[in-house]
Amino acid sequence: MSITRRSALAAAGLLATPAIVRAQGNTPIRIGEINSYTAAPAFTLPYRNGWMLAVEQVNAAGGVFGRKIEVISRDDAGRPPDAIRLAGELLDDQKVDLFAGSFLSNIGLALSDVAKQRKKLFVGGEPLTDAMVWQNGHRYCYRLRPSTYMQAAMLVDDAAKLNAKRWVTVSPNYEYGQSVVKWFKLMLSQKQPGVEFVGEQWPALGKIDAGATAAALAALKPDAILNATFGPDLTNFVRQGNTRGLFEGRGVVSVLTGEPEYLDPLGEETPEGWIVTGYPVDSLTDPANKAFIDAYKARFNETPKMGSVVGHALIASIVAGIAKSGSTDTEKMADGFAGASFDTPFGKAAWRAQDHQATLGTYVGKTALKGGKGTMVNWRYVDGSAALPSDDEVKKMRPA
Amino acid sequence: MLSTLLVQLLTGLSGASSLFLVSAGLTVIFGVTRVVNFSHGSLYMLGAYTGWSILSRLPREPLPFILGVLLTVAALALLGALLERLLLRRIYAAPELLQLLFTFGVVLVVQDATQAIWGPNDLPLPRGRWLRSFVEIGDARVPLYDLILIAIGPAVLAALWLLLTRTRWGTLIRAATQDREMVAALGVDQKRLFTSVFALGAGLAGLAGALSLPDGSANLQMDLSIITDAFVVVVVGGLGSVPGAFLASILIGVLQAFGIVVLPQATLVLVFVIMAAVLVVRPNGLLGRPQAIRENPASTTLIRPAEPALRWLGLAALILAAAAPLFVGPFLLSVLTEMAVAMLFAAALHFMMGPGGMASFGHAAWFGLGAYAAALAVKGLALPMTAGLLIAPLLAGTAAALFGWFVVRLSGVYLAMLTLAFAQIVWAVMFQAVDLTGGDNGILGVWPAQWATDRLVFYWLTLALCTAATLVLRTILYAPFGYALRGARDSELRAAAIGLDATRLRHAAFTIAGAAAGLAGSLAAFSKGSVFPGFIAISRSVDALLMVLLGGVQSMAGPIVGAIAYTGLFDLLLLATDQWRAVLGLSIIVLVLAFPQGIAGTAHRLWLRGKEA
Amino acid sequence: MKTLAVTALSRSFGGVRAVDGVSFAVAPGEMLALIGPNGAGKSTCFNLLNGQLRPDTGTVHLGGRDITGLSPRRIARHGVGRTFQITATFASMTARENVQLALLAHHRQIWRFLRPAPQHHAREADALLAQVGMAEQADRAAAILAYGDLKRLELAIALAAAPRLLLMDEPTAGMAPAERTALMALTRDLANQRQMAVLFTEHDMDVVFGIADRILVLDRGRLVAEGTPETIRANPAVRAIYLGTGATTGGH
Ligand SMILES: Nc1ncnc2c1ncn2[C@@H]1O[C@H](COP(=O)(O)OP(=O)(O)OP(=O)(O)O)[C@@H](O)[C@H]1O
Ligand SMILES: [Mg+2]
Repeated sequence: MSITRRSALAAAGLLATPAIVRAQGNTPIRIGEINSYTAAPAFTLPYRNGWMLAVEQVNAAGGVFGRKIEVISRDDAGRPPDAIRLAGELLDDQKVDLFAGSFLSNIGLALSDVAKQRKKLFVGGEPLTDAMVWQNGHRYCYRLRPSTYMQAAMLVDDAAKLNAKRWVTVSPNYEYGQSVVKWFKLMLSQKQPGVEFVGEQWPALGKIDAGATAAALAALKPDAILNATFGPDLTNFVRQGNTRGLFEGRGVVSVLTGEPEYLDPLGEETPEGWIVTGYPVDSLTDPANKAFIDAYKARFNETPKMGSVVGHALIASIVAGIAKSGSTDTEKMADGFAGASFDTPFGKAAWRAQDHQATLGTYVGKTALKGGKGTMVNWRYVDGSAALPSDDEVKKMRPA
Repeated sequence: MLSTLLVQLLTGLSGASSLFLVSAGLTVIFGVTRVVNFSHGSLYMLGAYTGWSILSRLPREPLPFILGVLLTVAALALLGALLERLLLRRIYAAPELLQLLFTFGVVLVVQDATQAIWGPNDLPLPRGRWLRSFVEIGDARVPLYDLILIAIGPAVLAALWLLLTRTRWGTLIRAATQDREMVAALGVDQKRLFTSVFALGAGLAGLAGALSLPDGSANLQMDLSIITDAFVVVVVGGLGSVPGAFLASILIGVLQAFGIVVLPQATLVLVFVIMAAVLVVRPNGLLGRPQAIRENPASTTLIRPAEPALRWLGLAALILAAAAPLFVGPFLLSVLTEMAVAMLFAAALHFMMGPGGMASFGHAAWFGLGAYAAALAVKGLALPMTAGLLIAPLLAGTAAALFGWFVVRLSGVYLAMLTLAFAQIVWAVMFQAVDLTGGDNGILGVWPAQWATDRLVFYWLTLALCTAATLVLRTILYAPFGYALRGARDSELRAAAIGLDATRLRHAAFTIAGAAAGLAGSLAAFSKGSVFPGFIAISRSVDALLMVLLGGVQSMAGPIVGAIAYTGLFDLLLLATDQWRAVLGLSIIVLVLAFPQGIAGTAHRLWLRGKEA
Repeated sequence: MKTLAVTALSRSFGGVRAVDGVSFAVAPGEMLALIGPNGAGKSTCFNLLNGQLRPDTGTVHLGGRDITGLSPRRIARHGVGRTFQITATFASMTARENVQLALLAHHRQIWRFLRPAPQHHAREADALLAQVGMAEQADRAAAILAYGDLKRLELAIALAAAPRLLLMDEPTAGMAPAERTALMALTRDLANQRQMAVLFTEHDMDVVFGIADRILVLDRGRLVAEGTPETIRANPAVRAIYLGTGATTGGH
């Protein structure tokens, strides 16, 4: 990792070296990677471990058609314009074959737009925005994680079972939060006619005024709550909600909260019985998950987080795509990725042809407190393909 | 209903107490040392982390909690004293606001250091039962800890009041707040006074950080999420006024608590709207006094057009820049494009900040408006790129003219903070107007016109436009208007006595600076192919400020050198190391120590000295 | 007609009546000295005349026109030039540029954005500087001028606007006695040539009695005596004030 960075700097040195003529033979396949390592370290550092592990495993197994893979990684500092510049650097100076990564939705979309403009392949890992594969979707962009639509769809069945009539929502005030609330309202209203949404809270990301937010929600006397906050905002909100009894006797549906990144900091304050999406890392025993968890623990001496899974699956999905395309030619990959299936810690997943969304799913379950730590119980894996709209609907949203 | 109101009021008051604790330290430090201490948020964050390290090892009872908090305060006070003695002390003589640059370097270093010491994960402090208990009001609950915080705010206010009015040290502090030179003349050991004030301020930040733990966690976002709010409180209260900070905290805390109920989306901007409203009505904050007219240190340096040698140097640099694509790779070309844009952006800020005497913390407003105007022109109205490049400065200039009408009536940090407030309001509008602007996802696909898609062509276009616009700004500065503007900065009295209308001059300068920034923004939009609310964010305003200060405020060369140095440093460090924040922060600190007049300013001085010898 | 006519001018700060019901007038070409001990209200009086301060009561007429309460800028535009007790010049400019800027303002050429300011009115500026004995210093930065030279520069700046009325607050502070007399003699000549009214304060009684046509004596805000140098010199009330405070020269 650090070695590729140093060499990157040397290559970006004052004089451009004439384009190196590379034989297609056994030179490594170069994957550019951009993420918000300094801006969102809690998620992206485990993510980096995840893809590093995958790269090591792929190369140990002999690589893709005899070529090793090499990842050239960049920190975008959480700023879209910097990400765009670095994408240029990876494509032009590093001559990467394709590029991948990103955490924040706006950076993911910006990189996808670079891919469209430059006609190079971009594989988004973490960004959840639906626009990436639908409204702004295009030939050169693929996206791995379940989107906000899918997250909402996965939760809505259990939400309907709560049979709650009066709902309130609390969600960070930006696209991810707005999108979760929009889909959830839409889907729940279809499932459960007569449901009412009686209030919304839109704290600014990272600046929640948790006490006032919790009090304002409590005053509305809802039957159930939809939460989309995460990170420090979630910790603050949960503490205020606990003290103020906001969650007592109320159903809570909460996006992403079961991911260790966000569940761990709740510690002994973890509210029980929330319906969440996440990664029950401490109770997964199936072979695929276990193999990944063990390998990860052996390599990094810590338990993997959701980011680790995403990082690992990202490499697997790219490798499978290249293998299926039989080439690192962009046009061939843009076609060839579609339909490629790959193994992830969560099981088999594939790239959909109709919208370039992966069918990687996530776990839906309930939060519980065990030994002073938060955990997920009663979970089930929901495959991504089960949480996507019909092909007709997708067609309507996605530009031709 | 009534109980709901009461609960919301109490919640607001406890939020107000937390705000007050952070701001009190900031206002005391500013009042005495005039240091705009950006690193106050970092001290707050370190307070939380230090508090976590101490408190998570102690039993979860009230007494150990108090003890742990006091230990944290002591640790942070020590750290503050060290910071002052080792770093800030060296640059008190430097031009105003240069310390800001310094403290920004500290912010960056502390971010990396904190992550290195405590790791990337949020650290929640487990709460004892007493911290989770509550009082019932009607059928609603108010956390006991909220009530404790509500009591701590006034207690700290009272303690500070006693300290400031009943001790000799406090008398000196108050005297220094009013007239720093006079206290120095009285033979008081100013150095010790400053060190102790910093220790006090840092201790208060530590207190606030530690007391924030029961409501959440120690995390790496705390520093930047608190610092703007703290500045807002300090400015609304009146710089240097502790009671003012208290009043402002209550105003903001309570309005925020009720604002959330009435208009949940308002959380993005509420504090800035409050600040703008207060400053428009009371230009010195709620309890601030008009600052004694002090000689502007920038104005004691004779401003001369560059010597022929320097002009040749500039021309050579320009030729080199124009020829660069022949021998640099595409990535460096994109860095050079960014440098050209940054140069114009910084030159625009310098225009109002140097000769105009108006530092701005919100210059990104006009940069961003220009970018959005250009993007909407080509995407929304399907106009050609040239039209976008034309509309951008017009719209940014018009907006600057509108906001500027309020801004130019203020001065100093108040003025700077009002520009920040307006920038945040513009930011929030762009962020919230999803249908028009795409919200935080921005507007994509803003690529240059066909004839300029080639990166070479676009680079030359950008270089030509930015250089031309910068030269226009320079021409204006040496024309009668520029002299009059500078005259109004040098001496308001004299300017009025020869019949100059300082307010109108400043207003015009503000408008021109806005238009120039707007042009820079539109070029940034086309070069990135997209526009985001981040174009208007505080961090971008700070970037411009850093570039101007790093280069030096005294001459046109300053912002140019500063923009090139800062952009180059940032872009290359980001590529070179994971620890770019620490390295960038240290570089800034070293540069300030080595070039106290800014790089261009100090280099110029050395050169003059060499010539005399 | 009188150039300046002041009636019943008053202004207090808190409890202090800094200027208390003062009335007087100055004729074209006349040099009127305003004297009094420290804190008598002289500078406050000047500030009321040029708009720096608003009077509590009273009126100020310039050439028959009411200028009471106008802003300093407006009053300057009506032809009132001023030098300050604590000099105020443009420190980031050379002496010549200081005068050039004043000339540009006078000729209403401020809102020009192209030709460099130093190329405007250079000769006129040099002539003014030469008049006040600053020819040698024209290219030096105002920030590094000696105090006496700053006073001279201020005079040149004030003269650039060809004022009808010139207000000079301690114009010779920081100068050697010979220079003081020379500078005030120059002012005397200019007043005669241009028919410019001059109101000045001065702590050097030799200068005051040697140059002034008439003298006003202010004490604790009140006008206690007014007349020619001879009558003032003979006035027992004035003597009492000055003997009482012991100050005849100096001050600040
Ligand atoms: N801005 C102000 N605020 C409060 N008091 C003031 C102000 N300006 C002047 N004074 C007071 O008004 C009185 C007159 O002051 P002024 O400066 O006019 O005296 P002066 O005659 O010019 O004295 P000096 O010979 O020392 O210059 C003094 O008591 C002074 O303290
Ligand atoms: Mg006086």
